[in-house]
Amino acid sequence: MKRWANTGTGPNPAAGERQQGRRGAAIRRNLPTAGLLLLLVACWELACRIFEIPPQQLPAPSAIGRAFFENFTILAVQARASLAAAGAGLLMALLLAVLLAVAMDRSPLIKRFLYPLLVISQTVPIYALAPLFLIWFGLGLFSKVVIVSLVCFFPLAVNLVEGLEQVDPEALELLRTMQAGPWLVFRSLQLPSVLPYFFSGLKIAVTYSVIGAVIGEWIGARAGLGVFMLRSLHAFKTAQVFAAIIAVVLLSLLLFKLTELLAWLAMPWNRAGRNNIEEE
Amino acid sequence: MKPKLLLENISATYTAGAEPLPVIDALSLHVAPGEFVSLLGPSGSGKSTLLKIAAGLIRPERGRVFLDGREVTGRPARVGYMPQQDLLFPWKTLLQNAALPLLAAGVPREAAYSRVMEMLPVFGLERFAHYYPNQLSGGMRQRAALLRTILVESGLLLLDEPFAALDALTRDKMRDWLLAIWEQFKRSVLFVTHSIDEAIYLSDRVCMISARPGRIILDQPITLPRPRTRQITNEPLFLEYKQKLFASLEE
Ligand SMILES: Nc1ncnc2c1ncn2[C@@H]1O[C@H](COP(=O)(O)OP(=O)(O)OP(=O)(O)O)[C@@H](O)[C@H]1O
Ligand SMILES: [Mg+2]
Repeated sequence: MKRWANTGTGPNPAAGERQQGRRGAAIRRNLPTAGLLLLLVACWELACRIFEIPPQQLPAPSAIGRAFFENFTILAVQARASLAAAGAGLLMALLLAVLLAVAMDRSPLIKRFLYPLLVISQTVPIYALAPLFLIWFGLGLFSKVVIVSLVCFFPLAVNLVEGLEQVDPEALELLRTMQAGPWLVFRSLQLPSVLPYFFSGLKIAVTYSVIGAVIGEWIGARAGLGVFMLRSLHAFKTAQVFAAIIAVVLLSLLLFKLTELLAWLAMPWNRAGRNNIEEE
Repeated sequence: MKPKLLLENISATYTAGAEPLPVIDALSLHVAPGEFVSLLGPSGSGKSTLLKIAAGLIRPERGRVFLDGREVTGRPARVGYMPQQDLLFPWKTLLQNAALPLLAAGVPREAAYSRVMEMLPVFGLERFAHYYPNQLSGGMRQRAALLRTILVESGLLLLDEPFAALDALTRDKMRDWLLAIWEQFKRSVLFVTHSIDEAIYLSDRVCMISARPGRIILDQPITLPRPRTRQITNEPLFLEYKQKLFASLEE
């Protein structure tokens, strides 16, 4: 069958080049945002100086920066506590969401009963319930984990359910004619089709998780960025409050980027170069 | 000799819509061992539905399906079924896609992969084992899908318009190539197509199916000698078949 010998190159002939191009494009794309941010910060700084705003009310960016670096070690320690709550809550949410989504996928009956409940559960203001969790689960890590998992559960579950719904029925039929077992069907078809949905849910969930942890800590905790914020607030150290906010933002961004990296690693087929090979 | 596949008095109706849609009406069809049968008919006449019934994916309203003389109506039997879209999984490389039926049959991964690697040259795909489907051309994807279909260890291939999406040139090449593969592997084939030329060129027998609800309106044996080459399309016998099939399609 020599006639069909193809003249293709390797899978990624210009991958390095393209990668570099993409990185350059990313920098160029983010340049306006960075510029705008810088301008805003500059205006803020100037306003604080010109109008002599009291630092307890609104500290200048320079003061916030100083507070951030002066408190860096303590912020890092508190961030670790918040991260622990966020991470544990995420894991719990993930476990619940996967179990529920698989159950709903297996049984239309379960889905009919549970899906509306799932949506209703989201209309309950979880943060308003937080004080109750404190009563039930105490000041320790666990009450925070519960809050975070409740907040993160919804985007994960909804995306997983939706992902499982759109698994190609024709592909399922094809596997049936091969008499593939349920495990092969799961790992060769269902899991990979769900991954993109899963990761878009996870991106939302990870950003919620840090905020969830911090709010949980406001209500009552022994450590964490939320606790640090409250203490600083009560001591009228407003710059420290802002420093903690910066830490929260950085933490969320970090988790978000980590999720993107994870998605990139988990779906290698998405980055395979699309160099259609011509016949002959 | 027992037919490889026997469809007996099949009727099928889709009930999903506002009113029931009868798609196939008391249709009978058989494929002898090693025989190449084409199913020809207008769009919407129930050809894909019939293949799904043969594959056991849909239970017919009436009628029975026999595979090697055993009744398998409504039960997915192990058959080489190739749906209208190639359905290569985008997250799997060519090698992994083609190995799926072997894995489904319980072959260990290493053995399955080396079996696929042995087969790749036959399909002209030896250099593309580790490519993802979106890196392959249309013709290569069809060949990969066909390789996957042939690796289902079954004596029966059910092919649903495998070449419909290809350009005319690639299509011609794929026909010759399918014939070569068929002669090498000696499977029974039920081949759905829209093209009269394609049906005559490939088949031992061409079955013409009517517009919905589908019935067989012509069962035409094709006695052109094998192996066939493209010259055959100019022979008087070929043209005669063509006219006959055209005429029955007009009715
Ligand atoms: N799952 C389904 N539910 C309801 N109606 C269907 C379904 N699948 C097919 N049909 C209808 O049944 C009829 C026959 O469909 P089928 O796909 O078997 O035809 P076909 O001969 O393969 O057509 P084509 O040549 O266009 O592929 C069509 O009118 C189609 O709209
Ligand atoms: Mg069809």
